[in-house]
Amino acid sequence: MIWLTWRQFRWQAMTGAAITTVLAIVLGATGPGLVTRYDQIGLPTCHSTCAALAGKFINELEFGTYGKLFDAGVVVMYVVPALLGIFWGAPLIAREFETGSFRLAWNQSVTRARWVLAKLGLVGLVSVAATALLSLAITWWASPIEQALSDGQSGSHFLPLSPLVFGARGIAPLGYAAFAFVLGVTAGVLIRKTVPAMAVTLAIFAGVQILMPTLVRPHLIPPAHATAPFNANTADDFEISNGVTMTLVGNYSVPGAWILSNQTITRSGRVFDGPPAAVCTSQSAPAQACNNWVNSLHLRQLVTYQPQGRFWPLQGAETGIYLVLATGLGALCTWQIRRRRA
Amino acid sequence: MTAAIEASGLGKRYGRRWALSDCTLSIPVGRVVGLVGPNGAGKTTLLSLATGMLAPTTGSIRVLGGTPGSGPKQLAKVGYVAQDTPVYAGLSVADHLRFGAHMNPGWDADMAARRISQLGLVPGQKAGTLSGGQRAQLALTLAIAKRPELLILDEPIASLDPLARREFLQVLMETTAESQVSVIMSSHLVADLERIADYLVVLMGSRVQLAGDVDQLLASHQLLTGARRDPGALPASQHVVTASHTGRQSTILVRSDEPVLDPSWSVSQIDLEDLVLAYMGQARTEAAGPAAPAATKILEEKR
Repeated sequence: MIWLTWRQFRWQAMTGAAITTVLAIVLGATGPGLVTRYDQIGLPTCHSTCAALAGKFINELEFGTYGKLFDAGVVVMYVVPALLGIFWGAPLIAREFETGSFRLAWNQSVTRARWVLAKLGLVGLVSVAATALLSLAITWWASPIEQALSDGQSGSHFLPLSPLVFGARGIAPLGYAAFAFVLGVTAGVLIRKTVPAMAVTLAIFAGVQILMPTLVRPHLIPPAHATAPFNANTADDFEISNGVTMTLVGNYSVPGAWILSNQTITRSGRVFDGPPAAVCTSQSAPAQACNNWVNSLHLRQLVTYQPQGRFWPLQGAETGIYLVLATGLGALCTWQIRRRRA
Repeated sequence: MTAAIEASGLGKRYGRRWALSDCTLSIPVGRVVGLVGPNGAGKTTLLSLATGMLAPTTGSIRVLGGTPGSGPKQLAKVGYVAQDTPVYAGLSVADHLRFGAHMNPGWDADMAARRISQLGLVPGQKAGTLSGGQRAQLALTLAIAKRPELLILDEPIASLDPLARREFLQVLMETTAESQVSVIMSSHLVADLERIADYLVVLMGSRVQLAGDVDQLLASHQLLTGARRDPGALPASQHVVTASHTGRQSTILVRSDEPVLDPSWSVSQIDLEDLVLAYMGQARTEAAGPAAPAATKILEEKR
C-alpha cells in the first residue's frame, strides 16, 4: 500500500519539494540581511536604549523590503495548507472515483480501510512535515523581528499574537495543514469529482480560517482584563459625533498582547458614549476645558486581551482543535469508503 | 464442497428500482460460468455483490464460503476484472505488476511477467496509452496473477474488436485449463460465452431465468414441431418454455428430463443461443403482457 501511495503521489511530492526549495532559497538569501540590519542598529549590544532601538528597527520594517517579505511569509503560511488541501487532498481519492481505478484497487488483497488509511496517513504526514519545515524556516528568518518585538513593543502587526501572524507561526500551521488535507480528501470522497471537491475544500477551509481568529481563538483561554484611569490629555482618540455621542480611546496598552477590546467605561461600569458637556461642543471654549470635564468624570479604560505569554498555550489549543477536526474527518472518510458501494 | 457462489433471496434496490431481485443460485466450484442477459438485466449488480463492491438489500450471498469483500483473505480468493477494465492510466505496465505484487500476498510474479511478454505488452508503456484489448489483457493479468480461486469478469470483452476478443478468450481458456480456478464471466452476447462456458446463468429483468450445466440444459430441451395443437395438452413432464403457432403448425420448446416419444412431433435439438433467447423471450413476454409481439420483434432484431 505504501508503495502504491507513493507511486501515485510522487509527482505532487516533487512539485511540493520544488516549491519548498524555492521558498527556502528566498528565505536563505534574505535572512542574513535582516540579521545584519538588526546588528547594525545595535540591538545585540544595547543596555538601556533597547526599547528605542527595537522601535526604530520595527518602524524601518513597516516601510521596508523586509517588512514586505515578512508579510509575504505570513501569506505563504496561509496559502500552503490551502494548496495542500486542494492539490494533495481533494484529488487523492476523487481521482480514483473519476477514473474507476478504485474498482481495481478495492479488489486486491488489501481491505478498503487499509487502502484509505495508508493514503491518508502517508500523504497526510508528508503534508504536515512539509508545513513544519516551512514554518521552521520562516520562524528562523523572522527571529530578529520577534527578538526586537519581545522588547516591549505593542500594537505592531508583526507581533506573534496578532491575529494574522499567529496562524503563520509555531505549530498552528501544522494543524491547518492536517485539517486542510483531510478536508480535501473527505470532499473528494463525498463528491467523487476532483474539481468540485477542490472548490469545496477551498471554500470551507477559507471559511474556517476566517471564523477561527474572529470567533474562536479569542475565547480559547478566557481573556485577561486590565483597567487604567482614563486621561483625556493623553487619549489616542477623542471624537464627538452629531454633538451627542462621544468616543474616547485611551492610550493604555499591554505590551506584546493581543488586544481584543479597548473600552472606556464609567464608574458604574457602563461603556461611556457621551453625551458631551457644552464645553466640548462649543466652538469658543478651549479644548483643555473639555479635557478637564472628561477627567472630572473619572472614567476608566478597560482593556480585554490575551497576554504575550499565552502564545504557546493558544497555539496548543488551536492546533489541537484542528487536529481533532482532521481526525474526525479522517474517520468519516474511512467509514464512507468502507460502506461506499460502487 | 463449498459453492463458488451461493445466493439466497438476493436482491439489490437502487431507490425504487430493483436491479436484482429474488436471486437464488448455487454455482459449484471448478466451472466456467457464463452470465448472460441484456444490458440492464442486473449482471453487473450480481457480480458487484459477489465481490463485495455492493451490499445486498435483501437476502444473502456467500462466495467460496465467505462474505464477499469481508477481509484480506476473502479478497485474495477472488480476482475481479471490473466493467471497462479499469487500470491506472498514469502507471506503466511494469508498475501495474509491481502494484499487484505489493497488494497481493499470493502474487505470481513469474506468471505475470510471462503473460505480459507473451501478450507483447511493453513494460515501460503507460497503461493510459494501451489499446482497449491490451488494457483488458493487463487487467486480466492482474486478476489472474493474484492466484484467485474464483475469477469474476464483468463484460471484459464488450468493447473489444473481434480479434482482441478472441485473444482475450484464448488467454482465459489457457488459464482455466492450467489452474483450478473457477470463472464467472458476464456478457450480453451468448456467442462470447458459448466457446468457454460450461455452466450458464441467464439473467433478465433483474431475475434469474435459467441456471445450469450447459450440456444438461441442452440435453433437457427439445424443440417440437408438428401439426397445430394446444401446448396445454402436452404431458406434465414436458414443461413448455415457448410456443409459437402458424395457421397449421405449432413450434414448442419444452423442457423435459425424459425423451419425447410422441411420433407426431418432429423433435430437434436447440443450440445455446436459441435456448437463451427463448428464455429471454419468455421473460419479456411475461413482463410485457399484451405488448409481447413488439418485444419479440426487438429480440428478433437483436439476433
